[in-house]
Amino acid sequence: MSEPSTTTTPSTLQRIKPALAACLCAVVLLISPAVPLEAADEYRSVVVADPYLEMHTGPGRGYPIFHVVDRGDTVDIIKQRTDWFLVRTARGKEGWVDRAQMEQTLQRDGAQFSLHRATIEDFTNAKWETGILAGDFGGANIISLYGSYSLNPNVSVEVWGSQILGNYSNGWMASANIVHETFPEWRVSPFFTLGAGYIRTEPKSTIVLPEDRNDQIGHVGAGFRVYVTRRFLVRAEYKSYVVFTSRDENEEIEEWKAGFAFFF
Amino acid sequence: MESRFRVLFLIIAMGSLSGCAATKNLFGFGNEEAPPPTAEPPGQVIDPQVERREIKEPKIDREDFEIGVFVGILAIEDFGSNASYGLRLAYHITEGFFIETTAGASRGGLTSFEELSGGARLISDSERDYYYYNLNLGYNILPGEVFLGEGRAYNTNLYLIGGLGATRFAGDDRFSVNIGAGYRFLLNDSVALHIDFRDHLYDIDLFGEEKTVHNLEGTLGFTVFF
Repeated sequence: MSEPSTTTTPSTLQRIKPALAACLCAVVLLISPAVPLEAADEYRSVVVADPYLEMHTGPGRGYPIFHVVDRGDTVDIIKQRTDWFLVRTARGKEGWVDRAQMEQTLQRDGAQFSLHRATIEDFTNAKWETGILAGDFGGANIISLYGSYSLNPNVSVEVWGSQILGNYSNGWMASANIVHETFPEWRVSPFFTLGAGYIRTEPKSTIVLPEDRNDQIGHVGAGFRVYVTRRFLVRAEYKSYVVFTSRDENEEIEEWKAGFAFFF
Repeated sequence: MESRFRVLFLIIAMGSLSGCAATKNLFGFGNEEAPPPTAEPPGQVIDPQVERREIKEPKIDREDFEIGVFVGILAIEDFGSNASYGLRLAYHITEGFFIETTAGASRGGLTSFEELSGGARLISDSERDYYYYNLNLGYNILPGEVFLGEGRAYNTNLYLIGGLGATRFAGDDRFSVNIGAGYRFLLNDSVALHIDFRDHLYDIDLFGEEKTVHNLEGTLGFTVFF
């Protein structure tokens, strides 16, 4: 009975060992933090002008204050998340400071550290807007995403993409429209809209006419944009669509939608 | 006579002086020039002639977006439980509210009927692939901190989340609603772990009668703020 010749033919594990080692090395290299990257960054520094600056352990209400910076000391602003600022003191302590306290600090040139905060004026004048709306499209559910560009406070151009999910058919719709806001400075701002686009209808297989259709559409509509807070707004609208079908008569569809959006 | 000599001497003296004045720079004397006459009368406020230093402040890095991946288990009603995975992108509007979009995939197994009947299949193999996307609004209802031993503290958030989207399964796209809750565990200021539970609801009439199904999903995720 001969012994298994373990010395002459290396086992599978032994054979793939170098490959395993290489893989491990690669993983370690990928995971190990790239330290110098952080050090190269340049941060904005501000001088504390209030009697003190309170540093919280987290970016939110309720997180306790664990450190205070005295008047006259300088802190670096590492980053901002929502209305909170991660700052680093000269001694290397890091903590979160809220906007109200941050606005009481001075910049290096002595000017007040100012932050732009979106107001109702931006609601009227902002150039870009994007949002999500959902609702009813002739009995089917509709989910829509839109982007808008303001030509002036009264007139803007919009592009929409929608998915329609119904009991008898599904579909996609893309459209572009012009929106006119009569009173753009109002908190509840009414608008009228006119547009055109394409709709793709995919009837469900259980229905008699199982063929996909691409049709042109035109629509008119009206609705409200309501300013909520910061960059946030709520929007609700009604649109009446005409689908220019290849059949003898056109189809008319009513749509009701509501959702939220933000401007920037 | 004397006065004539005086005039002569004067002329010579003036000539030599003017010559010296013309040639003085030849010999390197008189480097010090007389100060130019000041235009402003004394006593006026001096204009410092120093330009205001323009300080270009570095931009503050905003980290309101959160992107990541998740893996978990999705229990598809009537079709068993299977692994699910997906992508998550969130935008934090305030410290409380955030909007999130997710896209996920899983696969349905066999129904009890299909397993018992042997060969019979209700839906084809490709129709068992399960895809969904959701647009959600979340709220960090219980922000907090957890402590690991004495020296380490981590920020956490328990959030409630809900929204709508579409699900593709069993040969159809369906309007779906999802609600749930999650736990965000921040490893540091930019990296977070998520434990998330969602209920995905939609109406389906695959077995003849229309019913609302609840597909429960539990996932473990990893996200990065940017």
